[in-house]
Amino acid sequence: MPNATPMRGVAMRCGCNNARFPIQGGLLQRRGGTVRHDAVAWGYARGADRHGVDIIQNCEVTGFDIEAGEVVGVRTTRGPIRAGKVALSCAGNSSRVASLAGLRLPIESHVLQAFVSEGIKPLLDNVVTFGAGHFYVSQSDKGGLVFGGDLDGYNSYAQRGNLPTIEDVCEGGMALMPNLGRLRLLRHWGGIADMSMDGSPIIDHTPLGRLYLNAGWSYGGFKATPAAGMCFAHLIACDAPHPVATAFRLDRFGRGAVIDEKGVGAQPNLH
Amino acid sequence: MRIPCPCCGERGVEEFAYLGDANVVRPTPDAPAEAWLNYVYLRDNPAGAHDELWYHSAGCHLWLTVTRDTRNHAVLAVRSARDIALARSA
Repeated sequence: MPNATPMRGVAMRCGCNNARFPIQGGLLQRRGGTVRHDAVAWGYARGADRHGVDIIQNCEVTGFDIEAGEVVGVRTTRGPIRAGKVALSCAGNSSRVASLAGLRLPIESHVLQAFVSEGIKPLLDNVVTFGAGHFYVSQSDKGGLVFGGDLDGYNSYAQRGNLPTIEDVCEGGMALMPNLGRLRLLRHWGGIADMSMDGSPIIDHTPLGRLYLNAGWSYGGFKATPAAGMCFAHLIACDAPHPVATAFRLDRFGRGAVIDEKGVGAQPNLH
Repeated sequence: MRIPCPCCGERGVEEFAYLGDANVVRPTPDAPAEAWLNYVYLRDNPAGAHDELWYHSAGCHLWLTVTRDTRNHAVLAVRSARDIALARSA
């Protein structure tokens, strides 16, 4: 709520008084925040390494060894690996890897752009999001504003987006915080998100025995990583879904049990 | 990304609306549930040439079937989706 004391500063920066669509209210999550994504990835890698996991870099999966409907190993650019169980958890390229096992997934790959401005003095000590256009912005330790918004909206593996989406995202930012208008963009990039057809993830068995699938996290996967990892590990170890992940079934699309939070239907670019 | 519309010429992607895979064909009403699952939800999602439906909403209002390389956004071919649908039903 803009009139509550902690939000007043945010609201003042957000042009409440002069905006064409003034901000009438908001939600404040005090314990929300940001983490540095590289540090998170390194932390997980070190943790996995300490637990005895071998992480083999620059090693592309080129096929699956399938015997009598069960996956018994993967073929890679660095040789075959036999396995009692195989977990497919590769984001972005889930459809491509699954196709090596003959599976078609309810997933489209889309490009999501993100942006960093030039460094400026402290302006935001929190994350501000704006439901229209999925806009979000925070400030990095180096002073750059980190922000993003909607998908480009078409199938892509290109890891780069197009200018109309940049304009659209920046318009979302300007609508929320008009004082961003004179900032220059320092850099921007595009990442590939595997968008499921209902916008919700899949943590489940596959039709092939011993092959498990963790996919379709759309653009929400990063913050869900700890929970997704726990649920996926539970599924692989116990051969049964974790109690909190029983709905994230691969067969929900065929059963009509989709988890379509916005109700927009099987259109990944609208989720 | 620019799409050469057969009616209007080459236009920026902001003039177009995207629908998705152009090769999924609506099954007959009495088709088995699996055919409907394939049609509504399952996609090839290739990295490479992809036939897809675009609507020229800020132009001539034609539905186009665009063949585009999803790895680099290069447009390889553009045809009228109507012509393809008519040829398919003929």
